Amino acid sequence: MSQAEDHQGTRRDFLYYATAGAAAVTGGAAIWPLIDQMNPSADVAAQATKEVDVSSISAGTQLTVSWLGKPIFIRHRTDKEIKEGRAVKVADLPDQNAENPNVPAGSLATDQNRTVDADGKWLVMIGICTHLGCVPLGNNAGEFDGWFCPCHGSQYDTAGRIRKGPAPRNMDIPVVKFTDAKTIKLG
Amino acid sequence: MAGIPHDHYEPKSGFEKWLHKRLPIVGLLYDTLMIPTPKNLNWMWIWGIVLTFCLILQIATGIVLAMHYTPNTGLAFASVEHIMRDVRGGDMIRYMHMNGATLFFIAVYLHIFRGLYYGSYKAPREVTWIIGMLIYLAMMATAFMGYVLPWGQMSFWGATVITGLFGAIPGVGPTIQAWLLGGPAVTNATLNRFFSLHYLLPFVIAALVAVHIWAFHSTGNNNPTGVEVRRTSKADAEKDTVPFWPYFVLKDLFALALIFTIFFAIVSYMPNYFGSPDNYIEANPMKTPASIEPEWYFLPFYAILRAFTQDVWVVQLAHFVTFGLVDAKFFGVLAMFGAIAVMALAPWLDTSSVRSGKYRPMFKWWFALLVIDFVVLMWCGSQFPTAIIGWVSLIAATYWFAYFLIILPLLGVIEKPTKIPATIEDDFNAHYGTGGSAHPAE
Repeated sequence: MSQAEDHQGTRRDFLYYATAGAAAVTGGAAIWPLIDQMNPSADVAAQATKEVDVSSISAGTQLTVSWLGKPIFIRHRTDKEIKEGRAVKVADLPDQNAENPNVPAGSLATDQNRTVDADGKWLVMIGICTHLGCVPLGNNAGEFDGWFCPCHGSQYDTAGRIRKGPAPRNMDIPVVKFTDAKTIKLG
Repeated sequence: MAGIPHDHYEPKSGFEKWLHKRLPIVGLLYDTLMIPTPKNLNWMWIWGIVLTFCLILQIATGIVLAMHYTPNTGLAFASVEHIMRDVRGGDMIRYMHMNGATLFFIAVYLHIFRGLYYGSYKAPREVTWIIGMLIYLAMMATAFMGYVLPWGQMSFWGATVITGLFGAIPGVGPTIQAWLLGGPAVTNATLNRFFSLHYLLPFVIAALVAVHIWAFHSTGNNNPTGVEVRRTSKADAEKDTVPFWPYFVLKDLFALALIFTIFFAIVSYMPNYFGSPDNYIEANPMKTPASIEPEWYFLPFYAILRAFTQDVWVVQLAHFVTFGLVDAKFFGVLAMFGAIAVMALAPWLDTSSVRSGKYRPMFKWWFALLVIDFVVLMWCGSQFPTAIIGWVSLIAATYWFAYFLIILPLLGVIEKPTKIPATIEDDFNAHYGTGGSAHPAE
């Protein structure tokens, strides 16, 4: 027995650690599916693109469509709105990032970097206030002729850029492009 | 069970002896019900029973409501209207459940402030306090998810704003938010899981309540003097205490009867007083209501959330020190959860050796200010966020943190307490005299 003492200890330790290790792995493997099932399901993830006919939207009006459960603002801007948006200096903006995945990352929040087309007629945004997720009111609302969030008073300009209030960022722009002259594809 | 010496259960009949050997359950119930309780407890010690009854009320009415409710975005709103109009007695059951939440939170706030004033959180009752804070957090989660279920405008937008708080966490925020919601926004997946968890959490709360009671039965109740029950002998302990049954059970039931009279008057005659009319409009993900305001019991913490904007220097400092990781939005979220965290840490922040606020001349004023502060924050949370409201919220939020982080630690050092009674018996006799009825057990 005496010479076997060390071996006995080692063997017991080994069994102890092996059991604890196996229990940890099994426990983790059992819990993970329970956590992962809460992530967006396949059918939700599958609704990733949507096409919208914009030919009926006249200048100075806005269409709100639902995409991925979120409101998407599609605004046909007037010349006055375009002029106002382009007159703003980037240096005066609280958020100087374009927040637009369609332009290279880190692009400045110029009016041109916010719109879908080069002329600046079409502005497409996720219609959610970057503060806490309310839907801002449109049609030249607020002090900057753009959008105004009724929840906590954030004000956006005609290019959907944050100008005043608690929201930290410009309104986000989704991945968007024209597939033909009158159809916009989201996602 | 308790450290206070008292008579334990003795099985008498043959069946009692037979059962006691196999499962001492009668003994457990007997010792729990007959626990020696300080005989000087005042009317602020009724809220525990009120809370227990609230939990039973909410579980009973909730289980019944779940028999008629449909957790689907297309059907939820209509199923609640079905409960209100078609189910027999359904309107009453739903109004009891709705207003039951309000009574639950009124009672829990009074219970918490009772603990804060009489130093119930101090050693050796820290574990009771911490479990109480966990119950409070679970209550808030349950109430929030329950409010989403009717699928009204406030349900939907409240869920959007509150889950948006998790989106404010730097880096992993949006991933966590999508995980909580089960999609890119509040959808059917969200409603379903909230229903499931809203059903589960009350049972978690019930388990925590059992541990809460176990913990303070191990240490013995606190009392208005904060003086401990004498444990030197059974005779000494009996001078300071009376058994919970029947003395305090009857007192608590009397208080409960009064409170339920008011409660049922509200349920019957003004059931929607505490709710928002916007929640009787079905949820519309395309349109935000003119103002989003949480239920009254969340308002103080909602005010703290909104108080910290980009203009506040602490926020700018946090932004600078963390290299932009902590912005105003995330800071607000941290402040809101921090407000509850500092309260949970009270047992370790309070340095005073005196337990009860009754004998702390300076503490009394600061505590009164904390109660006013809580009401002011609640009012701020209900107001439209103008510049003035922003300032008032900021000052009130600052006081909340200052009370726990600065005032409680400092007072213990600079304050000179007044004279504390030597025993609970002395305190009791000072109020009621030493007449024949001083110890009714004899």
